[in-house]
Amino acid sequence: MRKLVLAILPVFLVGCIESSENERAKLAQGLVYCAEANPVSFNPQVTTTGSTIDIIANQLYDKLLSINPDSGEFQPELATSWDIENSGKNITFYLRKDVHFHTTDYFTPTRTLNADDVVFSFGRLFDVYNPYHFIGDANYPYFQSVGMDQLIRQVVKVDDYTVRFELFNAESSFLSNLATDFAVVTSKEYAQKLQQAGKETQFDQLPVGTGPYLFKSFLRDNLIRYHRNPHYWKHPVAMEQLVYDITTNGTSRIAKMLTKECDITAHPSATQLSFLQSREDIHVDKEANLNIGYWAFNTERPPFNDPLVRRALSYAVDVDKIMQAVFYGSGIAATSNLPPSSWAYVPQPELPQYDPQKAKELLAEAGYKDGFTMTLWAMPVSRIYNPNARKMAELIQSDLREIGVTAKIVEYEWNTFIERVGQHEHDSVLLGWAADTPDPDNFFTPLLSCTATFSGKNPSNWCNPEFDLLLTQALDTNDIEARKVFYKKAQEMIAAELPLMPIAHGLRFQASNTNIEGITLRPFGGISLAEARRKP
Amino acid sequence: MREYLLRRFSLLCFMLFALSVFTFSLSYLFPGDLLTNLSGVTNSNFNTTQLLIEKYHINNGYISQYLAFLHRIITGDWGVSLSSGEAVFEHVWILFPATLELCIYALIVAVIFGIPSGILAAAYHKRWPDSVITSLTLMGFSIPIFWLALLLIMVFCLTLSWFPMSGRIGLLYEIEPVTNFILLDIWLDGFPYKGLAFQDALHHLALPTIVLAMYPTTVLIRFTRDSMLQVLEQNFIKTARAKGLSRAQLILHHALRNALLPVIKQIGLQFSTLITLAMVTEVIFSWPGIGRWLIDSIYQRDYPAIQGGLLAVSMFVILANMSAELTNSLLDPISRNKAHGKI
Repeated sequence: MRKLVLAILPVFLVGCIESSENERAKLAQGLVYCAEANPVSFNPQVTTTGSTIDIIANQLYDKLLSINPDSGEFQPELATSWDIENSGKNITFYLRKDVHFHTTDYFTPTRTLNADDVVFSFGRLFDVYNPYHFIGDANYPYFQSVGMDQLIRQVVKVDDYTVRFELFNAESSFLSNLATDFAVVTSKEYAQKLQQAGKETQFDQLPVGTGPYLFKSFLRDNLIRYHRNPHYWKHPVAMEQLVYDITTNGTSRIAKMLTKECDITAHPSATQLSFLQSREDIHVDKEANLNIGYWAFNTERPPFNDPLVRRALSYAVDVDKIMQAVFYGSGIAATSNLPPSSWAYVPQPELPQYDPQKAKELLAEAGYKDGFTMTLWAMPVSRIYNPNARKMAELIQSDLREIGVTAKIVEYEWNTFIERVGQHEHDSVLLGWAADTPDPDNFFTPLLSCTATFSGKNPSNWCNPEFDLLLTQALDTNDIEARKVFYKKAQEMIAAELPLMPIAHGLRFQASNTNIEGITLRPFGGISLAEARRKP
Repeated sequence: MREYLLRRFSLLCFMLFALSVFTFSLSYLFPGDLLTNLSGVTNSNFNTTQLLIEKYHINNGYISQYLAFLHRIITGDWGVSLSSGEAVFEHVWILFPATLELCIYALIVAVIFGIPSGILAAAYHKRWPDSVITSLTLMGFSIPIFWLALLLIMVFCLTLSWFPMSGRIGLLYEIEPVTNFILLDIWLDGFPYKGLAFQDALHHLALPTIVLAMYPTTVLIRFTRDSMLQVLEQNFIKTARAKGLSRAQLILHHALRNALLPVIKQIGLQFSTLITLAMVTEVIFSWPGIGRWLIDSIYQRDYPAIQGGLLAVSMFVILANMSAELTNSLLDPISRNKAHGKI
């Protein structure tokens, strides 16, 4: 009897593992991307977190138009063309036909994209009567911080494939803002279906878009799984599935790259670059990126409400040391809050250079001869503009000790961190900004305007009407030379007032296996994996 | 036997009561807002706050709050995690099987290697097999497991590329989670990808299981060896030996049963140590279990999650210990006569 069982067992096992050959092929057509954080949401309209945008924006959604990274010109996406009326206040978009929304486990679309979807998607951002406006805490940080919600009068459906944006006034950065990763088009039909079921909050968590991949599953701290969108309008998608392996630890991400558990790795740290580059099976991409890493002071809190104190603290920081110990040659020291590759960049000689003696004098002048105690928040993730905020914080901490200021380093999990900084719980914070468009306004309005303060995106909590006026004047004209003058003044004002101290501009790095091609790294915005494939 | 069971049962009840009181009091001991600690809801508006106050009986005194707490625990309402915004119970339900799975495999490995090695060491007492096994055991016992884990990763993952270094299975394998025990799920799924998924899961399991099994294996070797040596010293063995029985006969027919009784009890008790060690292993191998989640929650000051995780782990340890005791008493009638139970 025992022999009989032993004889039958292997047959049974083989029977169990019998399955079709194409499953093995499916496996070969998958891509694993090691990401550095959980996504905050699955809708780019409601977040500005770079790690989230990298994961969701270009993979799940499409925009009306985009910016060609080489020529800087606008190019059609969901809109095939657009007209701008002479006044600049009415812009008409002509939409592409036969664009399919994702068919997922939770939604089956009955129609293709039309004007209703565009009206709904943008209506959500500014129209309080839109049923989804207040869903998800009614926060659209990017659009609110650039004042788009105040700019759009209405979005009108002209016919099924024509949409007109009517603005209160012409604004030169309007099209640029529509080309950001935040201005995605979502499905009105899906929204209505959820509304009928009373599950509106699901809209931002179980996404439906028109992008190259569709959402399959998300296991927090573990993975996100996308499948190929078989009806993608632009081109056939090569990869059967795209999986994000959430690995917060930078060293682990590199180790997974070596063990081939990841095909692509986000933000390898600068210390590991030379090692990665020495390997034949790994390819390291480098891209000059429009970004700024800074140290922002909470200007509403004493003693940081005094510009003299902010200047004193800025004088105390040895940026050269930071560049060596944190960036290892993967960045350049900032001489303005705009990166040098921006067309409005003007170097600021006013910005403090390392001088602890002067720092002490200024501190004494401000009435803090014996120093004080403050918190220094360091973001827990590695970003292009700051590969290692903890280390930077420690360096600054020791520099501050020299002038008698005690800094306590505060860290939280990334999403909690961003939320608390948004509520201005910090004294000072090491953060940064990577541009979404090449327009210089992207470095001023979302970071330092009064509207950004209210939407929680302005980490220095600095609201200066004079500065806001400059930004508005710059946006009111299409004359580049005139805009340059306004942005020059804006940069000077930041160097004088120092709500934040610009530290560095980082280069964007990405490591991938040499057998992967078609990854698009751009100087602004998130990464796109639409055309990623394995080499034959 | 009935009296024994009753004693154990009352001890179990008392332990669970103490645990629930401790967990309940954590909400008050943690810094921050009491309502947030209890519910996981932050920035609630007036209406929500009122609803929460009512739900948690905040205005009704501690006893009433405690009873409400017990009711919620039993009905599976463990609050909402501050960092993920999802139900804590849901997290525990999904993550606990991963930890349990790792512990069970480690225990199986420990038994398979530990007991025979212990017997071998005892059989060849004071000869070279004994010396080799004892020295290796001492090494295994002394090495901190995080260090062992890192060494193995360095050698077998990074240098030789023999094993993957994280997770339960290659992420491209799409396995439908049913029981959340990975091997079981693959089996239920009908061994997809031509059984490659099963191989891959075993591949992922290898290093974490070896690391986690190291401590219980060494403990079992030492226990089995000592217990066996004690039995071999006894008169009935000496008599049997005098009768001319071979070493194999002596051990297999006479000594083994007697020697294994304390060892079996030890296997059960190892479970609680394993759960603790599993936390370290999970963090290093990015194993998506409750240990890694609990440690992340501590780091993120996610109080409802810490509370829920502690409750689940402690409850499991108490129950595992209790069942180990009961199994032992079933197999070893003498142990039932011990006057008082202990945990």
